[in-house]
Amino acid sequence: MSAAPEISHGTVASAGRAQISARTLRTDRWWLPPLLTFAGLAAWVAYATVRAFMQEWYFVEEYNYLTPFYSPCVSVGCEPESAHFGRFLPDVWWLPYASLTLPFLLLFRLTCYYYRKAYYRAFWLSPPACGVAEPHKKYSGETRFPLLGQNLHRYFFYAATLISVINTYDAVLAFGKADGGFGLGLGNIILVANVVALWAYTISCHSCRSIVGGRINNFSKHPMRYKSWQFVSRLNTKHMELAWLTLATLALTDFYIMAVSAGWISDLRIVG
Amino acid sequence: MSPDIERPGNIERHDYDVVVIGAGGAGLRAAIEARAQGKRTAIISKSLFGKAHTVMAEGGCAAAMGNVNSNDSWMVHYRDTMRGGKFLNNWRMAELHAREAPDRVWELETYGALFDRTPDGRISQRNFGGHTYPRLAHVGDRTGLELIRTLQQKIVSLQQEDYRETGDYDSNIRVFHECTITDLFVSEGRVAGAFAYYRGTGDFVRFDAPAVVLATGGVGKSYQVTSNSWEYTGDGHALALRAGATLINMEFLQFHPTGMVWPPSVKGILVTESVRGDGGVLRNSEGKRFMFDYIPDVFKEQYATSEEEGDRWYADQENNRRPPELLPRDEVARAINSEVKAGRGSPHGGVFLDIASRLKPDEIQKRLPSMYHQFKELADVDITQEAMEVGPTCHYVMGGVEVDPDTAMSKVPGLFSAGECSGGMHGSNRLGGNSLSDLLVFGRRAGAGAAAYVDGLGGVRAAVAIDDVTEAQKRALLPFSSATEGGENPFVVHLELQKTMNDLVGIIRKADEMELALKALQDIAVRARTVSVAGRREFNPGWHLALDLRNMLLVSLCVAKAALERRESRGGHTRDDYPVMDSDWRHVLLVLSALGEDNVNLVRQEQLPMRPELFDLFELDELKNYYTGEELGGHRADASGSDKGDKL
Amino acid sequence: MSYDARFRVWRGDDEKGELVDYPVEVNEGEVVLDIIHRLQQTQAQDLAVRWNCKAGKCGSCSAEINGRPRLMCMTRMSTFTETETITVTPLRTFPVIRDLVTDVSFNYTKAREIPSFAPPPDLAPGDYRMAQVDVERSQEFRKCIECFLCQDICHVVRDHEENKESFAGPRYLMRIAELDMHPLDVADRQKEAQEEHGLGMCNITKCCTEVCPEHIKITDNALIPLKERVVDRKYDPLVWLGSKIFKRPGA
Repeated sequence: MSAAPEISHGTVASAGRAQISARTLRTDRWWLPPLLTFAGLAAWVAYATVRAFMQEWYFVEEYNYLTPFYSPCVSVGCEPESAHFGRFLPDVWWLPYASLTLPFLLLFRLTCYYYRKAYYRAFWLSPPACGVAEPHKKYSGETRFPLLGQNLHRYFFYAATLISVINTYDAVLAFGKADGGFGLGLGNIILVANVVALWAYTISCHSCRSIVGGRINNFSKHPMRYKSWQFVSRLNTKHMELAWLTLATLALTDFYIMAVSAGWISDLRIVG
Repeated sequence: MSPDIERPGNIERHDYDVVVIGAGGAGLRAAIEARAQGKRTAIISKSLFGKAHTVMAEGGCAAAMGNVNSNDSWMVHYRDTMRGGKFLNNWRMAELHAREAPDRVWELETYGALFDRTPDGRISQRNFGGHTYPRLAHVGDRTGLELIRTLQQKIVSLQQEDYRETGDYDSNIRVFHECTITDLFVSEGRVAGAFAYYRGTGDFVRFDAPAVVLATGGVGKSYQVTSNSWEYTGDGHALALRAGATLINMEFLQFHPTGMVWPPSVKGILVTESVRGDGGVLRNSEGKRFMFDYIPDVFKEQYATSEEEGDRWYADQENNRRPPELLPRDEVARAINSEVKAGRGSPHGGVFLDIASRLKPDEIQKRLPSMYHQFKELADVDITQEAMEVGPTCHYVMGGVEVDPDTAMSKVPGLFSAGECSGGMHGSNRLGGNSLSDLLVFGRRAGAGAAAYVDGLGGVRAAVAIDDVTEAQKRALLPFSSATEGGENPFVVHLELQKTMNDLVGIIRKADEMELALKALQDIAVRARTVSVAGRREFNPGWHLALDLRNMLLVSLCVAKAALERRESRGGHTRDDYPVMDSDWRHVLLVLSALGEDNVNLVRQEQLPMRPELFDLFELDELKNYYTGEELGGHRADASGSDKGDKL
Repeated sequence: MSYDARFRVWRGDDEKGELVDYPVEVNEGEVVLDIIHRLQQTQAQDLAVRWNCKAGKCGSCSAEINGRPRLMCMTRMSTFTETETITVTPLRTFPVIRDLVTDVSFNYTKAREIPSFAPPPDLAPGDYRMAQVDVERSQEFRKCIECFLCQDICHVVRDHEENKESFAGPRYLMRIAELDMHPLDVADRQKEAQEEHGLGMCNITKCCTEVCPEHIKITDNALIPLKERVVDRKYDPLVWLGSKIFKRPGA
């Protein structure tokens, strides 16, 4: 294996291999899934960025609806009723109100085993699809900085669990109206659905699967851990779907609260 | 011949203590043993390392460990094996097999095998046709794969040991894969080596070794409908014959009752017996469970006579008799054959094997995952929803090289044989699950036998005669030579051979048809000698087949000749003109030896009588079904004053 | 029920080769391997192809069909339309020997580099006790038929010949996972997986799982859990700290 010319655009096969110049011989629309992934993720990131820096329409005071993009709201710029954990960050335009948590949420998803697959394929084209040559000349995978940092996923998982608790707290608080009475509206249902989806996504995490039981070799001696592992494993098979579902519920929840807060629509009330 | 074909010059040469031909279960186990005894060992494999036909074994490996039913013991296993083989087995082999199988299975766990477990953590065992108790160690329905992978990985671990010591993985045990042996070298009346070609390059290679273990498997590729892969061309059988060894029991071929019958391209591929072990039933086109009509008298006691009793057995095996779907394979195969002949077959010429109506879909997928996939992917049939169509397929040859049971050595000093290519162990019919255990028990014995033989030589080895090498080379290149120019396409001749054997020496045999077959084989022999191939020596399938044809032909002759000679029906040999089992034939072995290039000679030989304490393991009443009156004289029942034995 | 299909088969050796067009008869129920055999018997007697069991159990007849690694014996012709051209090439990650046959020795080399099962030294044969739930994970990986399709599709070596040295490939990383999860194995494998066998090269893009004919969840059940176990050992400061403070005997 002395002569090992790199494949760049699939035009030259390494010495000794079948000399086929095509980058791929796939006849299906292999480019479609990475394209959709690219479009979906890019759109979401764009929306989230705009919203994170908008610094308005994140809270419906009357019904205690706080969008997850601003939870917990800890900037001095936050509306006092929306801030359950104090207000201490300076109110400057480049600092989102939930700056305490957003970086961790971002890193949790960035290091997630599913999203890694998605953006390695769709953004980095490494590879764009199975059996389609990637354009890079060198490849070292996750062995070096910064990608070595992907191994920190479990810490962001811990953080994400904490944040899910806060989101749950928000969703529960939203059942109490500003006047102190119990209320139930479409916003509550959306908030709860979002929180349920977030928990499912968070719990189905591969790191979680390892932590609850995957790392042990003697399930038979730890029946509770085995049960937990089985539960997480079942959810884990849906990790990709949950990843997309939570992107959707997050955006939808945020948009709904923005729309109500801005007065574009009014909340559909069921009780109170 | 062009220089590229002829390639004059020196032939690659290797010296070993033991050369094992075949890298299936028996070959690998033999090699492990020979290496463990300090012998430098080569393993020669026609296909890639780890692809051997052993992977096809699905059901399990029979060993009387008694993990599921503690009543089991080697003696029960021994009785089952002899019964299955209709008492024609080499009883010493059956004894060794039953005694040693548990140790061989346990040993696999130390190599890293992961069998399915019982609730208390031991190796789980499943029911199978002909076995009194749940006895088959298994991994789902891919036990053969587990076995071959485990042995393969054990060899790798031995190589790693050698690497740590010598810096060379291959120093004591080396695998030559995609390499086919075409000739054995015999000098001064004993084994001296072997001649081979690499399939990839077409280059020749010679192995000089005082001991050769044949572990080449079976002969199924001589038949049209077979569960066997292309490798099963009877190489070991033919090599042994040409080296001067003898074959026995060649008339006994096992037709597995359940092979796929549709689509045509997969016709013959196996449907594991576990389907029936786990509750699958056979039905004809009228929906009838016909097996109840086919319970032979000798098995009347052990099998259920009503569907209700048969069904109860799956849950409670202590108090019910097993359903007749689990009769030995020969019985079931014949029954299916009869149903199809009587016009009650399925649309594609088989019968229905129904598990869909017997187990829940998720249960089927869990217990029979590879069957589920096999039908889903090859036939587009969902076995959790509909019945499978199945029919008999040529599966296993009971006959093979005649060997000494304890050392596995053939008549030729230095030539050993183990596994399917040796004969005697299974008598006239093999029980399911006894094949994998056979590989392990006799693989190990052959390896040990070869090592002891080499030790006994004290360094004096027979030298390979250079003329033999030249001759072997010439023979191998014959299909390329001008002598065969304009000769036939080997694929065509092969098809002809398969059709002849399938139609004329198949599952039901008649004297006139077999005589026709013998004539046809003579004709095919002439044509086979002149098949010609085009192209180059690198990976040329036509050439490979041309060389394999020689072996298939010789083996087919043995089958046809022995089948014509044996005038009775027993196990894997069913004669339309002699439909019953005849006690006078039980103790007769038909021994074949080579007669010139492509002919064989047949003589009758008496089977040695069973050792008394083994004989006494059976009840006299049962033995009467198989033995002649005078043979029963030594039985314990007879010695204690009973005169029942004389009344037969 | 039969029709003429258009096959395009790569013919050549380790120096050069080309795609050759063959019109060939196809009958109902056939698989790609049947068609390749028909070509051998009729038009191309010396067409080299490796195969064995023809039932998807041995993993010999690996090739790339329309650019996707498949077992030829398990690819039914009915999955194609009658008019499409079916392109069959050898595996593109390994050196080709001839036509559809490749030199897969890379895999056997890697197999030897993975330390073998290490049983507890004092446990006698026959005394092994393992619960079914404890062996099930490793059993899934032992379904592997070593067709090497995952090794072929993995871009780490498919697109970067130079990585072959330092990367064991999905099949053999899975072998490490299998042994690491074995309830009785006593060897320490986790650090080695990362440092010697290139687990860090894997960027979990899951092509190995996509092509596995045995439907083994290589990425989710073997590679990611192994990565997480490596994190336990190498990248988890809490675990590291814990191991320093609470030194357990034998740990």
